[in-house]
Amino acid sequence: MATEVNKEVVAAVPAQSWLMPVLLTWVAPGAGYFLLKTPARGAIMGAMSILMFLLGLLMRGAFFEPQTGDLLTTVIYCGGWISNLATGSLYFVAKGLGYNAPDLAGHVTDYGTKFLVGAGLINILAMVDVYEIAKRKKS
Amino acid sequence: MPKMALSHFEMAILFALFTSVALGITGKHTRQEQIRYAMYCFGSFVLALFGLGWLMYFGHR
Repeated sequence: MATEVNKEVVAAVPAQSWLMPVLLTWVAPGAGYFLLKTPARGAIMGAMSILMFLLGLLMRGAFFEPQTGDLLTTVIYCGGWISNLATGSLYFVAKGLGYNAPDLAGHVTDYGTKFLVGAGLINILAMVDVYEIAKRKKS
Repeated sequence: MPKMALSHFEMAILFALFTSVALGITGKHTRQEQIRYAMYCFGSFVLALFGLGWLMYFGHR
């Protein structure tokens, strides 16, 4: 009963265009939430993605470049590259400023690389969340 | 640019913290549920960290 009422209320509110908030979240992590009037969510998600990216840089993590070969190589390198790209402007600014750390052996660099990928994955999560909020699938 | 050098454990805890907060925020609706889910994720990460750490320790002996 309550669920039916909720569905009716949700359906009565027109869904906003999702494209702009999702694009904005990609370009500037967390920014799309502000467009959807959920600034607290946006501030926290943006902070998580940006902090993780900055820590990745401080650990001298390496950016992935797309590489093909066997299945594992393709998944790791192309997936890593897509995750790096998902941080949007952070990735392009770092690249533009000449950040190009070599992929050295060692736990600090290795964790740095994972932090850079993790920042992108968090931003992908944020983009999906923004899409669902814009489509009124989530409040 | 300064280079950050934390221990393996500290970095894993930091990773778990950021990821748990993001999962909590996106995974649940109310503030209470979000906090509880983030804490659950963080606890699971730490538990897996210790579990896998001990597993590797005994596997390496």
